[in-house]
Amino acid sequence: MKDAGSGTRSLRWRIVFGLVFACLLAVGGWVFAQDKPAAPAAPAPAAAPSKPDPAGTATGGIGDVTAKEAGKPTLSEVAEFAGHNRVSINVMWTLLTGFLVMFMQAGFALVETGFTRAKNVAHTMMMNFMIYAIGMTGYWICGFALQMGGLGAISTMGGTGLLDSEFTISLFGKDFGLFGMRGFFLAGSTYDVAVFTLFLFQMVFMDTAATIPTGAMAERWKFSSFVVFGFFLSMFTYPIFANWVWGGGWLSQLGKNFGLGHGHVDFAGSSVVHMVGGVTALAGAMVLGPRVGKYNKDGSANPIPGHNIPMGVLGCFILAFGWFGFNPGSTLAGGDLRIAVIAVNTMLASASGAIFAMLYMWAKYGKPDPSMMVNGMLAGLVAITAPCGFVSSFWAFVIGAISGVLVCWAAVFIETVMRIDDPVGAIAVHGVNGAWGVLSLGLFSDGTYGDGFNGVEGTVRGLFYGGASQLVAQGIGTVTCFVFIFAASWAFFKVYDLVFGMRVSPETEMDGLDVPEMGVHGYPEIHGPATLVHAMGASVPKAPPMTMAPERSR
Amino acid sequence: MKKIEAIIKPFKLDDVKEALTGAGIIGMTVTEVRGFGRQKGHTEMYRGGEYTVDFLPKIKIEIVVPDSLADKVVGLVVGAARTGSIGDGKVFVEPLEDALRIRTGERGDHAV
Repeated sequence: MKDAGSGTRSLRWRIVFGLVFACLLAVGGWVFAQDKPAAPAAPAPAAAPSKPDPAGTATGGIGDVTAKEAGKPTLSEVAEFAGHNRVSINVMWTLLTGFLVMFMQAGFALVETGFTRAKNVAHTMMMNFMIYAIGMTGYWICGFALQMGGLGAISTMGGTGLLDSEFTISLFGKDFGLFGMRGFFLAGSTYDVAVFTLFLFQMVFMDTAATIPTGAMAERWKFSSFVVFGFFLSMFTYPIFANWVWGGGWLSQLGKNFGLGHGHVDFAGSSVVHMVGGVTALAGAMVLGPRVGKYNKDGSANPIPGHNIPMGVLGCFILAFGWFGFNPGSTLAGGDLRIAVIAVNTMLASASGAIFAMLYMWAKYGKPDPSMMVNGMLAGLVAITAPCGFVSSFWAFVIGAISGVLVCWAAVFIETVMRIDDPVGAIAVHGVNGAWGVLSLGLFSDGTYGDGFNGVEGTVRGLFYGGASQLVAQGIGTVTCFVFIFAASWAFFKVYDLVFGMRVSPETEMDGLDVPEMGVHGYPEIHGPATLVHAMGASVPKAPPMTMAPERSR
Repeated sequence: MKKIEAIIKPFKLDDVKEALTGAGIIGMTVTEVRGFGRQKGHTEMYRGGEYTVDFLPKIKIEIVVPDSLADKVVGLVVGAARTGSIGDGKVFVEPLEDALRIRTGERGDHAV
């Protein structure tokens, strides 16, 4: 009876809702019907014709140029307007692509959590979540200032050189920029739209690097230690290396100072973002040691399958989508139409990376391993990040293809030969292929783009296009990235481990980190003691211990 | 009364259920279990590494019937669950002392 009653009620509501909706449609139709004939009827008055423009061809014209005398702008007023528009397009582009890169945090969270075990989901997810907040705070305090404080004018955004202070030392009669010193807390003279735009874009890049080590160090890392690390990377190691490449520091000046191509060129961050993340991950995973049960006494490795392949695949697609911000956005200019080439190169490399990882695993191990196909696509994206602006589509596809094989080989090598436990393959994807990416730029750049890059005349050319010295600069950048980031990160992790301890207890690791570290089960209905409570559909009130005790002891 | 406990391949559950309900058996309890017999485990690959799965997923069906029906039920289960390949599972039959329907308080054969 009760069911029948509620059925009638919901039917009645549906009828009422349907009638209201029909009335709205009728009113809307009447309004449109009234509008349409009116438009052609009235001949347009010369000054301000107020007729609709459904095709969009008549909207926006001379009357929209800001001028003292409406409709009759002077040449300088037109020029003012054009300049403002150019910068507007660039600022809009940089912000929008930055928003896309921000969403890559979600991709990382899904990939890393999917490829690890269900008992650690809350912990793994929350590292990827909190790094966004922690990294941003550290970067705002001093990271941005150290990275970009000496950049000079932001040319595509009409900036006026507010970031004007670089700490330099003099070696061999040349200036070596080491870190910037303007823009702490974005305060004072850096309270500026161009600087804020640059901050947003650079912040999400830094956060990408910062979230990479959480995958390699997952399932055994103390959350408190991770929090301190988040500040360390965002405030010091990342900004300093990024200054050397993107902030006007010494690696970017290798061309100007020593005639090595255009200096170390990294268009969107194969080395600055991905290799920094991957090398930090390597140092961290080495200090932490492998997960309990990963290696047998004879040193052979046991696979520990991730708990959710669909989650990992979805994360990979979110990352691939975000990469359309990562690479094309790195022009910092929507008016630089090279973005079309960059976007196409980016997706081609991701495709060949996935295909060649699939073929390699299929041929070598009998099945096309899903997690490796995901890693293959990501490896292609990582590798094309540096050269995306400088190579043709053919070389983009080749770069991705090589990275697809390289990532599978490297992941197995790191696991079985180096005996470093990296649950998600972060070192192979970001570290190894980050290095491959910057080196490939030194091989295949075809000289169609990059005139004046890093203050050097002419376009960027790799070894195969007559630019041998560019490859040397790329090599110096790669080695510097590895040495500096590995040494600084390893020292940080080692000291932290000795003083506070980086690793959870073996008991915690066996039980899963969710409850001991975070206080909740990620999946309470599967793992928690709450299983029965959920099955009963009610929460159990806390009974006085006196009455419960005898029951339990039975 | 007899309790019949059958451990079968998971994908054979529907066939067994249909065979039993078709013959008028109106109740059973099903559990997802893991184990191994002569089949042992098997190996799987993950990211280029091989690992052994020792305990394979199986389905355990428990059916309680009057003595007179026991042989028939065993025959139905075996007939429906057999594929002929290793790992088809086993059937155990054991005597059962009593049964009680909670709602009505009926006992013995009336309760099953």
